Amino acid sequence: MQPILNVKNLTMDFGGLRALDSLDISVNRGEIVALIGPNGAGKTTFFNCITGLYTPTHGDVLIAPPGQAEKRINGYKPNHVTEAGLARTFQNIRLFQNMTVLENVMIGRHCRMKAGIPGAIFRNPSTRAEEKQVVADSYAILKKIELAPHVNELAMNLPYGAQRRLEIARALATEPFLLLLDEPAAGMNPQETRELDDLIVRLRDRENVSILLIEHDMKLVMSLSDRIYVVDYGKKIAEGTPEEIKNNPAVIKAYLGEEVDA
Amino acid sequence: MFNREEIKKSFLVSLWFMFLTFPIMVIRVNTIYNRVEWRWDRLLMIGIGSFLLSFVWRYFIKRKEAGIQKADAGDGNETPLVQRILTTPKIYYPSLAVIVALAVAFPFISSMYQTNIMTTALIYVMLGLGINIVVGLAGLLDLGYVAFYAVGAYAYALLNYHYQLSFWIVLPIGAALGALFGILLGFPVLRLRGDYLAIVTLGFGEIIRLVLENWNAFSFGPSGIANIPRPGFFGFKFSLPEVTIYIYFVMLVLVVFTIFVVNRLENSRIGRAWIALREDEVACQAMGIDKTRTKLTAFSLGATWAGMVGVVFAAKTTFINPASFTIWESIIILCVVVLGGMGSILGVILGALVLILLPEYLRAFSEYRMLIFGTMLVLMMVFRPGGIVTNVRRTYKFKAEDAG
Ligand SMILES: Nc1ncnc2c1ncn2[C@@H]1O[C@H](COP(=O)(O)OP(=O)(O)O)[C@@H](O)[C@H]1O
Ligand SMILES: [Mg+2]
Repeated sequence: MQPILNVKNLTMDFGGLRALDSLDISVNRGEIVALIGPNGAGKTTFFNCITGLYTPTHGDVLIAPPGQAEKRINGYKPNHVTEAGLARTFQNIRLFQNMTVLENVMIGRHCRMKAGIPGAIFRNPSTRAEEKQVVADSYAILKKIELAPHVNELAMNLPYGAQRRLEIARALATEPFLLLLDEPAAGMNPQETRELDDLIVRLRDRENVSILLIEHDMKLVMSLSDRIYVVDYGKKIAEGTPEEIKNNPAVIKAYLGEEVDA
Repeated sequence: MFNREEIKKSFLVSLWFMFLTFPIMVIRVNTIYNRVEWRWDRLLMIGIGSFLLSFVWRYFIKRKEAGIQKADAGDGNETPLVQRILTTPKIYYPSLAVIVALAVAFPFISSMYQTNIMTTALIYVMLGLGINIVVGLAGLLDLGYVAFYAVGAYAYALLNYHYQLSFWIVLPIGAALGALFGILLGFPVLRLRGDYLAIVTLGFGEIIRLVLENWNAFSFGPSGIANIPRPGFFGFKFSLPEVTIYIYFVMLVLVVFTIFVVNRLENSRIGRAWIALREDEVACQAMGIDKTRTKLTAFSLGATWAGMVGVVFAAKTTFINPASFTIWESIIILCVVVLGGMGSILGVILGALVLILLPEYLRAFSEYRMLIFGTMLVLMMVFRPGGIVTNVRRTYKFKAEDAG
C-alpha cells in the first residue's frame, strides 16, 4: 500500500545548524504514528518543513491524498499544504485568542468555502447558505471534540486542556486526511490525557484521518501508536512498533532511560 | 490621601513642572525694548496648579486600578454601556432614529460654516472607517493612508481638468484607483509586520506626496490645482449655500454606504480571515488562509474609501495641492481610529467627530488649542486605552437552532 505521507531524505539547515539530517518518515492510511525524541531533536522543525512554514534544504515531501495520485509538496505555501489535506496543531498553543471557540473553528473551514468580496457585500442566497452551513459544520465538530458547551466563549478564556482540544477541532475543520499533532498532551493532567487518548483513537476510527503525533508522554505514545519514530539531533535513531522501541537498546540509552520500565 | 508621602510626591511633581515650563512660561524676550522679562508670578501659579492637579491625577489612577481589580475579581461580565445599547433593540432603534433625524436636519438648523465643518468631520469618519479595515481588523499598521486620499483627490482634479469628467463619474474611478494603489502598496510590504510595515507605508505616503509636489507637468507641483468644480446634480447648478448642503448630504450618504459595506465585510468569511490574520499570522496560514491574498484585499478595500472620499474632498474645497496630504493627515486619521476605539465602527464615528469638531470649537482658545488637544489624547490613552468605545467585537453568537 502506498503511504499517504512519504518523506524522503529530508534535511533542514539553519545556517550552520543541521536541525534535520536525511530523515525518512512515512505514514500509512489509518495509522497513528508517533515521533519522539529529546527536546531540540528537530521534531517541531520536521512539522514546519512538511507544512510549508520552512522550506527544507534537501529532500522530498510526498503526499497521496485518498483517491489521488502522489504529489510532491515541497515549496507549497502553508495554506496550500492545508488545502491539500495536511492539518496541524502547535506546540505553543496558537489559537485566535480574541475570537470565540466557534469562530476559531469557522476559520478552519475558510479554505473549503467560496464566498468572495461580492458575496460578503451582497449576501446573496448562496453566501448565506454557505455561512449557515459553516456554522452548523463547525458546531458539529465542536460536539465531536466535546467543546460544544464553550461554543460562544472567547478562546483565551478556555481552560488549558480545552484550548489544546480546540486546536485539534480547528485543524479538523480543514478536512485533513492526515492530522499532525505537536505535543497535544503537554500541560494536561492525567484525566485530560486519558480523554485525549480516547479522542485520538476516535478520530482515527470514525473521522477517517491518519495521525502523526509528537509527544513526550510515553504512556500515551505507547498505548496509542501503531509505529514510532525516534529522532535525536535531527537523525532517525530507531523506528518500529511500541514493543520494538521499548526494547531497543539505542533508544533506551539515548532517550528513554528507565522511564519505560517504570 | 493627604499623608506626608503623597504631599512630598506632589511637591516633587510641581517642582518638576516648574522646571519644565520655565523657558516658555517664565522667560519672555521683549523685542521692542530688547530685554528679558521674568514672569515669576506664572511660575508660582504653575507650581500651585500642578501640585493640586497631581492629587486629582492620582485619585483617578487609583479609581482606574480599583476598577481593573474589580474586573479581575470576576465581575467582568458587566457589558459596557455602549454594547448594551447596541444589543437592545428597544433602545437601539429609537436612538438610531434620533441620530438620523439630527443628521438630516443639521444643515437646515445651522449655519453654512457649521455645515462645512460637519462635512469635514464626515470625511474623516469615512477615512477612519477605511483605515480601520487595515489597522483595526487586519492589524496592519499603515502610516501612508493619506496617499490614497491624495490619489482620489488628484484623480478628480486631473480628470476634470483634462477631460471635463464630472464628479459622479470620477467618484467610482477614484474608488477604483484607491483600490489599485492599495494593491500596489500591498505587494512590497507583504512580508513586513509591525514597525517595519509602519515605516515602509510612511515612506510610500511621502513618495506619493513628493511625486505630486515635483512632477510639475503632471500635477502642477506645489501650486496645486484650483477651480475644481463642485458636484452637480444632473446638470443643475447650485448656489454656494445650496451646494454646501448638497455636499453634506453626499457625504452623509457615502458614510452610510461605507458603514453598510464595512459592517458586512467585517461579518463575512473575509472579515474573519482579517481578524485571524491580526491574531496570529502563522496559525492563520496553517489554517488554510492565503496570507498574501488576505493582506492585499485588506489594503485595497481599505484604500477604496480613501480614494472615494478624496474625490469629495477635491470637489468640496475646489482647490488641492500636495500640502493637504502630508504625513500629519495620516496620523490624524490614525488618531481618529485609536481615539475612537480600534476596530469599532461606532468608535471611529465618535473619534472623528471629537477629533475634527473639537479643534474647530476650541478656536476661542486658539493659543492653547493644540495643548488642550494633546492633553486630551494623553489622558485618553492613560485612562481609556481602548478608545472611547472599547471594542467588544460583535462575535457570532451561536444559537441552538443553528445546529442545522
Ligand atoms: N527558525 C529557526 N532558526 C534557527 N534554528 C532553529 C529554528 N527552529 C528550530 N531551530 C533549531 O532547531 C533545533 C530543533 O528544534 P525543534 O524542532 O523545535 O526541536 P523539538 O524536537 O524540541 O521540537 C533546535 O536546536 C532549534 O534551536
Ligand atoms: Mg517541539
